[in-house]
Amino acid sequence: MKRTITLTVNGAPRSVEVEPRALLALVLRDQLDLTGTHIGCDTSQCGACTVHIDGRAVKSCTMLAVQAEGHAVTTIEGLAAKDRLHPLQQAFWDKHGLQCGFCTPGMIMTAADLLAHNPKPSEAEIRHALEGNLCRCTGYQNIVAAVQLAAGAR
Amino acid sequence: MATLFGSGIKRREDPRLITGKATYTDDVKLPGLLYAAMLRSTYAHAKLNQVDVAKARKAAGVVAVYTGADVKDKLNTVPCAWNVPNCDLKVPPHPVLAVDKVRYVGDGIAMVVAESRAAARDALDLIDVDYDALDAVVDPEKAAAKGAPELHKEVPGNIAFTWKVAGGDTGKAFAEAAVRVEQRIVHNRLLPTAMEPRATCASYNAGTGQLTCWITSQNPHIHRFLLSVMTKLPEHRIRVIAPEVGGGFGSKIPGYPDEALVSFASMELGRPVKWTEDRSENYKVTIHGRDHVEYVELCGTKDGTITGLRTRVYAGLGGYASTAAPGIPTILHGLMYSGPYTIPNIEGTIYGVYTTTTPVDAYRGAGRPEATFLLERMIDLYARQIGMDPVDVRRKNLIPKDKFPYTVATGITYDSGNYQGALDKALQLIDYKKVRAEQAKARKEKRYLGIGVTTYCEICGLGPSQVAGAVGFGGGLYDSAIVRVYPTGVVRAYIGGKPHGQGEETTFAQIVADEFGIPVENVEVVAGDTEATPQGWGTYGSRTTAVCGSAVKVAAQRVKEKAKKIAAHLLEASEADLEWKEGKFVVKGSPDKGKSFGDLALMANVAWNMPPGVEPGLEATAFFDPSNFVYPFGTHICTVEVDVETGEVKILRYVAVDDCGPQINPMIVEGQVHGGVIQGLGEALQEMAVYDEDGQLLTGTMMDYAVPKASQMPKVETAHTVTPSPVNPLGVKGVGETGTIASVPTLVNAVCDALAPLGVTHIDKPLTPARVWAAIQQAKGGTP
Repeated sequence: MKRTITLTVNGAPRSVEVEPRALLALVLRDQLDLTGTHIGCDTSQCGACTVHIDGRAVKSCTMLAVQAEGHAVTTIEGLAAKDRLHPLQQAFWDKHGLQCGFCTPGMIMTAADLLAHNPKPSEAEIRHALEGNLCRCTGYQNIVAAVQLAAGAR
Repeated sequence: MATLFGSGIKRREDPRLITGKATYTDDVKLPGLLYAAMLRSTYAHAKLNQVDVAKARKAAGVVAVYTGADVKDKLNTVPCAWNVPNCDLKVPPHPVLAVDKVRYVGDGIAMVVAESRAAARDALDLIDVDYDALDAVVDPEKAAAKGAPELHKEVPGNIAFTWKVAGGDTGKAFAEAAVRVEQRIVHNRLLPTAMEPRATCASYNAGTGQLTCWITSQNPHIHRFLLSVMTKLPEHRIRVIAPEVGGGFGSKIPGYPDEALVSFASMELGRPVKWTEDRSENYKVTIHGRDHVEYVELCGTKDGTITGLRTRVYAGLGGYASTAAPGIPTILHGLMYSGPYTIPNIEGTIYGVYTTTTPVDAYRGAGRPEATFLLERMIDLYARQIGMDPVDVRRKNLIPKDKFPYTVATGITYDSGNYQGALDKALQLIDYKKVRAEQAKARKEKRYLGIGVTTYCEICGLGPSQVAGAVGFGGGLYDSAIVRVYPTGVVRAYIGGKPHGQGEETTFAQIVADEFGIPVENVEVVAGDTEATPQGWGTYGSRTTAVCGSAVKVAAQRVKEKAKKIAAHLLEASEADLEWKEGKFVVKGSPDKGKSFGDLALMANVAWNMPPGVEPGLEATAFFDPSNFVYPFGTHICTVEVDVETGEVKILRYVAVDDCGPQINPMIVEGQVHGGVIQGLGEALQEMAVYDEDGQLLTGTMMDYAVPKASQMPKVETAHTVTPSPVNPLGVKGVGETGTIASVPTLVNAVCDALAPLGVTHIDKPLTPARVWAAIQQAKGGTP
């Protein structure tokens, strides 16, 4: 039995009919056409699906869409104002913090949460905060550099 | 005008990737889209009796269910495309869905096609499969032994091939040698783990007879060919699009049953069909890497001259021979046994062995990491036995820089090198004498510091097509580019390669912009669509810049030659009187009389005033076939401290000095080294695909398979030397795999060096705390 939920997605009110068992990640991708949120595993290890729920980073594969009822969801598509880059997006670009780009949206969403709550993190704090986001291409070094750059730019 | 070649400009591909606007295969949506899900064998080895799909066919949302029996006459088997000669290769049939037998956990049994992802998944649970379990065998050495369970009736004893390499007189070398060392080395099986799982979206139009297939592919033209073989559709009716691809590391080279099945479903049902594996399915079905059991002997003199190397290798192939599988432990492994050294006598015997496991194929480095690892490990064992510094042993045996091109005992010829230069630079960066002194001091305090060194070279830039043919590779290894100039002077380069993170949309634009003296923003690089791009062979084997980049360069040069003819005509001068200056063809001596690239682009495309006999338009196609492979090289050094109470390894410093020739974009080169080194450190420290005796994959999810995390990995200090390759017009060598090739032995050598005072000589990777601790206990004479 499908249910209709209402939530705010990237600042706009949305109403969507979902299966109660549907994961938020799949609803964002398949029903709301926000394919910037990626799915890289099925055990909540990789973090590619990270979005913000009411400003906190959440792996959208760990929650059901119905749990997002009444909450504000921000995805990579809604992180920055239109035609502008968020300082983290800019820093990932400047520091070559991505290669294939698949982990990047989740990586940026997690880093944004970190900087919102710890504006000047140490390298160790950055590496710890990113533990739940896996990248197979970069070896993390330039990702850490990007987060440091964005922290400095704030 | 400053050149872009050598400039670390920011990547062109990033804006879409950092904003969520890139399109990966699973992002593709089409009207009327159906979803496929695959039923996979839960047994490693079993006779397949009945597959009852009646209930699944009636389930809500299900459109169709297909079994092996349904498709076996409609689809061909999955081809193996590297038929290595002179090794009695046996490739048994690999049906797209199992017909009478399953041969690994994950072998396909049935496909459900439904209106939603969930409906397709739900229906899998309604399929009843009747199996008769057979004995599994997961270890390649055991599978090659007498009495092992046999997978294929066509392959008695499970031996797919016995391949030999020999140069010099190894028997004599060992008989006469003063020093011999030997070691059994197990090369852990790995899960490539591209962050994007594999996916296929197929759309067949019965009216036109055309199949369009989006595939997570490193090589769309190869996939077009393999799809043509499997689906029986002619190649010109198939369009393969590899859109954004989220990493590959070799796992997106092969042809898999899945893309043929999804295409078949679209052809049968007249609707588009998409299939995307989840991570657990990826770990069971997408190819694995490495999986060698190696017996290695090295011999030499008492003063450090290596005189011989001998190996016997059991290379696991899994249940079937995947696309390139036979070439990996043979051509790309055994031929590299000399490494950067002058080893006069080499002999290797490689057994390719079928086991009841997921097929094994190319994984980042593909054969060369295994070769470098065994050689670098053996050199450290040898150095320890003769009481020489491992750096001195290496230096003594490196091929001298004035000896290139150099032909090694395995018969291949290295293009260029300055191995001593890279070694010296790395030693200087790590301050080798100082760290050895620190180590000596620490040892007195019962602290265990270790220093690991690897001097490597590797074969990449695959490669001359004639050689590809001679070694049984089922295709060419040239690559291609079309450089097309628009009337307004902007340019597109359509390439045969398929970058998936390596940044060639940027580096190739740098090549073109330099050639034409135009801003890099005026150049777009297009890849991944067989409809738009000329025949190419894909991105793997660190080949794209050396081979495809050279095609881009040659095509751009051809465009410029034609532009020069037009310029001469318009300027009423002879071509000989023109020179290229500041982005213009000018008449020598009259710098005001000139035609810019933009002028010539317009005049060529409108063709109002062309020179006699010159066709309108301004574009050129180039197919570049290199005269040899390229051989990048370098030295990596790592320092570690081992906690002997817990077995934990702490990396203190990691220095990588690599030489990939001139660097088009140093920022991108450095990124490749970072990623490669960390991927190798994952292999050395923590990654291993584990099967139990019954052939169940115990590391079947990311909870169990230890992909490196940010908090676990060190910083990599990079530097380089520059030795151009003579085999391509850019002088470049590959750098995509060097990190993974070099870092694994570097780390293991460092840990074994740290534990030398305790008598530890070798530990099989991954060097988890448990394994390191056990090795320490064993060396102390206790029971681990």
